[in-house]
Amino acid sequence: MVNSVFEWERPLIELENRIKELQAFTADKGIDFSDELATLERKAERLRAEIFSSLSPWQRVQLARHPRRPTTLDYIGMICTDFVELSGDRCVRDDEAMVGGIGMLDGIPVTIIGPQKGRDTKENIRRNFGLPHPEGYRKALRLMHQAEKFGRPIVSLIDVVGAFPGIEAEQRGQGVAIAENIRQMSFLRVPIVCVITGEGGSGGALAIGVGDRVLMMENAWYSVISPEMCAEILWKDTARAPDAAAVLKIGAQDLLALGVIDEVIPEPLGGAHRDRELAAQRLKEAVVRHLRELMPLSGDELVSRRLEKYRRMGSLAQETDERLQAVAEHPHD
Amino acid sequence: MPVFRDLFRSKSRYATVKPAQGEPDASRTASPERVDPPARHKEVPDGLWAKCPGCSGLLYQRELARNLQVCARCGHHFHVGAVERLTQLLDDLETFEEWDTDLRTVNPLGFPGYEEKLARMQAQTGLREAVLTGLGRLDGHPLAVGVLDFSFFSGSMGSVVGEKLARLFERAAERVVPVVVVSGGGGGARMQEGILSLMQMAKTSQAVEQFGRSGRPYISVLTNPTMGGVYASFASLGDYILAEPGALIGFAGPRIVERTIRQSLPSGFQTSEFALKNGMVDMIVERKDLRPTLARILRLHRA
Repeated sequence: MVNSVFEWERPLIELENRIKELQAFTADKGIDFSDELATLERKAERLRAEIFSSLSPWQRVQLARHPRRPTTLDYIGMICTDFVELSGDRCVRDDEAMVGGIGMLDGIPVTIIGPQKGRDTKENIRRNFGLPHPEGYRKALRLMHQAEKFGRPIVSLIDVVGAFPGIEAEQRGQGVAIAENIRQMSFLRVPIVCVITGEGGSGGALAIGVGDRVLMMENAWYSVISPEMCAEILWKDTARAPDAAAVLKIGAQDLLALGVIDEVIPEPLGGAHRDRELAAQRLKEAVVRHLRELMPLSGDELVSRRLEKYRRMGSLAQETDERLQAVAEHPHD
Repeated sequence: MPVFRDLFRSKSRYATVKPAQGEPDASRTASPERVDPPARHKEVPDGLWAKCPGCSGLLYQRELARNLQVCARCGHHFHVGAVERLTQLLDDLETFEEWDTDLRTVNPLGFPGYEEKLARMQAQTGLREAVLTGLGRLDGHPLAVGVLDFSFFSGSMGSVVGEKLARLFERAAERVVPVVVVSGGGGGARMQEGILSLMQMAKTSQAVEQFGRSGRPYISVLTNPTMGGVYASFASLGDYILAEPGALIGFAGPRIVERTIRQSLPSGFQTSEFALKNGMVDMIVERKDLRPTLARILRLHRA
């Protein structure tokens, strides 16, 4: 448990533990501590608001990596019924760092895919710490094509540090797999809603992240490069990752302003792990709402709108009237 | 992995190790000479001579240029700037019609030092951005051509590079001409433009696919180095993928891989030869054969 508490939330955790102890003591001994408890509760509430209402970009990155943060399969378990997990890329092997299957989401049969981190060391080893190989991306692509065949919408839940950087991964074409996923996902004729639930690590996230709607949990991050690597490149010092996290603009609100995502899903105060059910409920509400908006659209319409969406992304100027064009391309800056 | 060490022995002339300065672990990477700085003219002060990273031989610059920037002794392929590449490939640079010269890079994230670095790159290279695009002719065939220049921000892709490439594919589809893109981007997606650079991977990949519906071919030429977001998008999506010998090609940088798996990398890892062996490229083409090979493929596509 020690490693799941951050220094900046320690006063709160300690206070919360004291409240729990006092409650246990009350139940045990039958002594009434309700006045003391009420005072402590009020204090905890103030502290929670104080600590969590002004999180720095780096603190959010830490929350996104919290060991008790819901994983893809956790969310699937909480948001859909009748889930049938499917395996394999039909070519090399089953990559357990990427999961997928079909399930019922608020009465809609959907295909759900997403990288899966382990919930403990043993599972992390089996799942390669949630870092997919090319066959993981190809498995996801196979399931997406299957979804298209049966006219099922696709929900992609993204929580991945990045595509695995390894020898076999390179041999089997990690770059090619990512490129193919991006290309083919762009032209699927069914609705695609992507949610960055935790970490959105560069190409490894984009490979399952091209959608009609891209949503992001409040404390998730999504970036072209991890804060650590950016810090190493800029300052030759990974310890400055917190500075890099701020510079890179990788938080949900930043991405909303940059026009890269469509909506921020609010998390329970202090992060999704503090109330997993509530986090899942909000995620489900948002995904279902977007799916219902998209489902009436034809395949042609979905694809042409999706292409238009990505065609506009970027920020640049034209020499003839630099300022005007820059503003037009980048309205929130 | 002795298997790999043996695999590329015959090609060792492309993978001679010369540790780069100031990189303590450079000698352990596959072949650091492949990520040498592109400013080859500065390696020797008077600019008359260049030292070959492949065989350490001293080469006369004019000789080297005549040999298409390939070491006559060991076959090492030096970086080629975008303009020089166009000169090598096209029938006549005079008839090259450059596109989108008015697009300018901005600093959307307010990234510290980005404008300064851009200005420095522009002054050093005389280029506005890391890619030149336009319409030219190769062996009489009209074609849309894009060339990434490694000397500009390591040939990395930001918003302007993504936009210029997307427009290249769009105009090529309109004019029903083939596309050739020569990639060479060690940086992949440009960090300074953050998530917007990542989105260029989607934009360019989509442009490739839409162009494909015109029925004309897209030939992707991979040169040293083609990595990261450039490799994991348009560069991998050619109908034909050609690679220059000894180029570094892959997704994750070799040092990242090495640090992750905590093993030293097999020699020849992530070279063109490695990519060919693993089925990721169609063929390896020496620079002197590049123009004729492109011409042959284009001829086979004549409507």
